[in-house]
Amino acid sequence: MSIFDYFIKKDKKNTASVAKERLQIIVAHERSKRQQPDYLPKMQKEILAVIQKYVEIDLDDVNVTLDNNNDCSVLELNITLPENT
Amino acid sequence: MAKIIVVTSGKGGVGKTTTSAAIGTGLALRGHKTIIIDFDVGLRNLDLIMGCERRVVYDFVNVINGESNLKQTMIKDKRVENLFILPASQTRDKDALSQEGVKRVLDELADDFEYIICDSPAGIEKGALMALYFADEAIVVTNPEVSSVRDSDRILGILQSKSRRAEEGLEPVKEHLVITRYNPARVNAGEMLSVADVEDILAIKLLGVIPESEAVLKASNQGEPVILNNESEAGQAYSDAISRLLGEERDHRFLEEQKKGFLKRLLGAK
Repeated sequence: MSIFDYFIKKDKKNTASVAKERLQIIVAHERSKRQQPDYLPKMQKEILAVIQKYVEIDLDDVNVTLDNNNDCSVLELNITLPENT
Repeated sequence: MAKIIVVTSGKGGVGKTTTSAAIGTGLALRGHKTIIIDFDVGLRNLDLIMGCERRVVYDFVNVINGESNLKQTMIKDKRVENLFILPASQTRDKDALSQEGVKRVLDELADDFEYIICDSPAGIEKGALMALYFADEAIVVTNPEVSSVRDSDRILGILQSKSRRAEEGLEPVKEHLVITRYNPARVNAGEMLSVADVEDILAIKLLGVIPESEAVLKASNQGEPVILNNESEAGQAYSDAISRLLGEERDHRFLEEQKKGFLKRLLGAK
């Protein structure tokens, strides 16, 4: 194998596998959102409003997820507070 | 009691109408009394693909509004026994399809037909939702391409939550995957998602893989469902899909690249 083959191979990137990877990620993300109840985004905003009364945070700093494990649902609330509080 | 099958995809231009025409015609060819309904109100095209565009007098919306009866409106196919078409309306009124109206028409058809094929419009608007709402089975048409696969997954989510079967807590809609415009040579070159890739992501049962074929455009040009062309790979692939839909076992064909011999190339064989 010559040094040129090395470059040519690199050039011929397998775009189908890139497509598959991207799809797997976005589809998994969209599926998890699909299973969330409709009230979740609104609840997230309201929680944010309450916290903002006391601490300055962004919508991106609040993460609400709902997990369903058989007969038990877990509401997980993850809030990143700013460093200097 | 008729089986209601929706042909859907989310994305446009992937081959829903071609597939509806082929599946409907294929079922009728096997002796099952079948009607294909065009749900694409405002953009009717099934009539063109089936070659009966000049015989349209009344349409689906006329029947729903009581302006014509089914017998006057259904178009009987001239080539295949047991095959009928119910054309969509060209009205621009998006709300022309009401759930009660569609239900009434489907109930009336169910007494007379074995299969009702609902050709869904693209998108996730009312027309598409009406087409899938009453379905017992769904054929999801997908191209091996990112946007089509993503939209198909979206439609699967809607089938699982917004269909009548989902709302009434009945047995879920049976989902089938049809991959169209498949090009094995490009898959081998790493330029196209493979059948296994698409199956992996969507995780539903594969009904058929239709190879990219010149025969499909030719069939549309002439208004002849491609399944009537036994010589074409696309026609044969649809025929195999019909067998699987009817519960027979068939190996998937045309998944490998056909290496053309020198002589074949010289003679321009397709």
